Amino acid sequence: MIDNHILAPVFIHLFSAVIQLIAWRKTITQRIVSIAGSSLGVLLAIRLLSRVHTDGILTLNAANWEAPFGIVFVADLLSATLVLLTSIAGLAVSFFSSTGLNRQRMLYGYFPIFHFLLMGLNGAFLTGDIFNLYVWFEVIIISSFVLMTLGGRKTQLEGAVKYMAMNILASTFFLTGIGILYGITGSLNMADLSLKIQQVQNQSLVGITACFFILGFGIKSAVFPLYYWLPSSYHTPPSAVAATFGGLLTKVGIYAMIRVFSLIFIPDEFTRNLLMTIAVLTIVIGSFGAVIKTNIRRLFSYLIVCHIGFMVGGIAMFTKVALMGTVFYLFHDIMVKTNMFLIAGLIRQLRGTMDMTKLGGLYAHYPKISLLFALVLFSLVGIPPLSGFWPKIYLFKAAFTLQQFAFVGALILGSLVTLYVIAKLWAEVFWKDSPSDVIVEDKFEPLPLFRKILLVLPICILCSVTLFIGLNAETIVQLVDKISDQLLDSTMYIEAVLGKQN
Amino acid sequence: MRSPILQSATKYLLPILLLFSFFLLLRGHYYPGGGFVGGLVASIAFVLHSFSNGTEATMRLLKRKPLSLIPVGLGISVMSVTLPLLFGLPPMTGLWFEQPIPVIGMIGSSLFFDLGVYLVVIGVVLTILFTISLDNNLDEKK
Amino acid sequence: MELILIILLGLLYAAGVYLILRRSMVKLLLGIMLLGSGTNILIFLLGGIVKGKPPVIDEDAKLFQDIFADPIPQSLILTAIVISFALTAFAIVLLKRVYALVNSDDLDDLNTPEEEDI
Repeated sequence: MIDNHILAPVFIHLFSAVIQLIAWRKTITQRIVSIAGSSLGVLLAIRLLSRVHTDGILTLNAANWEAPFGIVFVADLLSATLVLLTSIAGLAVSFFSSTGLNRQRMLYGYFPIFHFLLMGLNGAFLTGDIFNLYVWFEVIIISSFVLMTLGGRKTQLEGAVKYMAMNILASTFFLTGIGILYGITGSLNMADLSLKIQQVQNQSLVGITACFFILGFGIKSAVFPLYYWLPSSYHTPPSAVAATFGGLLTKVGIYAMIRVFSLIFIPDEFTRNLLMTIAVLTIVIGSFGAVIKTNIRRLFSYLIVCHIGFMVGGIAMFTKVALMGTVFYLFHDIMVKTNMFLIAGLIRQLRGTMDMTKLGGLYAHYPKISLLFALVLFSLVGIPPLSGFWPKIYLFKAAFTLQQFAFVGALILGSLVTLYVIAKLWAEVFWKDSPSDVIVEDKFEPLPLFRKILLVLPICILCSVTLFIGLNAETIVQLVDKISDQLLDSTMYIEAVLGKQN
Repeated sequence: MRSPILQSATKYLLPILLLFSFFLLLRGHYYPGGGFVGGLVASIAFVLHSFSNGTEATMRLLKRKPLSLIPVGLGISVMSVTLPLLFGLPPMTGLWFEQPIPVIGMIGSSLFFDLGVYLVVIGVVLTILFTISLDNNLDEKK
Repeated sequence: MELILIILLGLLYAAGVYLILRRSMVKLLLGIMLLGSGTNILIFLLGGIVKGKPPVIDEDAKLFQDIFADPIPQSLILTAIVISFALTAFAIVLLKRVYALVNSDDLDDLNTPEEEDI
């Protein structure tokens, strides 16, 4: 069904960015425009999701060129839900950054670039054209480069070099894959590709192309042999930026993998084994890394790597139950990871450091805030009935059905290490007495009440969404059930884009 | 080093290049050319000026910071992209005037998109190049 | 023509990979740029090279009867070039700043320990 308004969540961020560029250096206006734009974005995303829920898959032919000749935008349940979650995370980060960021960064255009990033994310979720997906990826990485280097501290720039090199390399691999794909099929529309790829004579060439896509998306989503850039760069930018990166950027890679493998390259035996090996090693390496780190944000960076493995494993199994687990975990992960980096930022505001050895006694000073943090951390660990628990059931179930015992072991290891790390974090940061030789520099206490609320509110928003996902799991399971049906049976997607096939 | 040959040549080349860039912009819809190429040629004209007369002289010539061109250009492009939505068409559809206008020819919303791109390209290229060259000048002064 | 392009493609990729494996930051950037050019040529090559044929068909012809040149690879390459232009410009400014701060071109020197003034 054609709907000309599915790009509204993209345009709203573009509009806010342009208005903020016109209001260059007027930081108060920019903050107001940012919060207003993000709130509107959430409303538009809710509208989009409800329309997709009632009317089925919506499409838009850009510039009125019919598919497969023009660029087509498709909103199915997966993309619409991800757009909604991105918008919510974006709203939370724009609240947080309106106070949690120093003025110098805002003067150099933090807000417009942040909205360009959100625009790129929404565009990447909505596009139905593989080359257009590449263009949105580039929009995302260019804005993330600028966000990462804003402020220009030494560690930040050093992290940015690694981040830049690996991400440009990933884009090059992705582009190579697209080039070969165009050469063997003569199409770029994903629905059209899904039909044409089956008619290709030389199926081993298709396998090689799939490897290019795995390489490109693997670097973006930080899987095992290609993850090094993530822990060495994500701890450097300010927390508001790190929250956007940690919550959303690696997940775009996972989304692209789900999309490409469910539509174009239906995983064969080789691809499954490859992805499964990658997933197991990612979980193991990520959890080992998380154990030894004492800086909160570095620890969280390794946890990102570890949990990416859960989702890649789900894609590797590629059954209905596994995909349900993957997609559910994706939803949960976006909310929780964004929130964790915001929490790290708030801890820094409260204590002036993020090193666990120098922290302590937060629970005694701020019991209410600590309980809020506890809810988020428990959701991450997956204590029933919070949100991290449900997707893991599906992943375990799928792994036992397919007798993937290595993955079962990795899942248990990953979950246990997450529990251990979070318990350690809780004991070190909240329960332990503050070390006597460290001077506490509390930036939070002297702030006026309004700004305190602006710092805590985004964590509350994200926390309530996480609680909603966890406590109202039945609704989410029904949604995820429909999504995995749409993913496994691509005829609905193809019919929505190309019309009825005979 | 200032070369008098380059300086006097630039004096004539600058308007010619700007005119040529505008020509490229206008013919872009059906023939090779368009906003991006036009913008590059126009920014090359200013870069040439800054080579021969120094970056400060070019900034004086421009009067405003090239950065301020970016929001203007983006605004024009976004308008032309979203305008068809008001007529119930998908975004980016070309809307055309019925009658051709003398000299320029047919005018449609894609021309305004190109105009926006033209301004953005000039803004971006000049900002980047000025940043690099002003950095260099500072280094030399140190 | 194809053979020359294939050899050129291989050379560009090989040189790109070799430069990326060096430890210098500037060589890293050059390597990435060469890989990007290699990819552009790959797209050009795989789009099918047709000599002396127009990319559009006659207005009255309804079907693709004759061989025609495919314009899509060129538009893909143009887009990729525009994007890599922006990326390269940004990367050059970044590397220049890093060089000014670290005073070294060696990637192994980019290991300043965590500082706490964010």
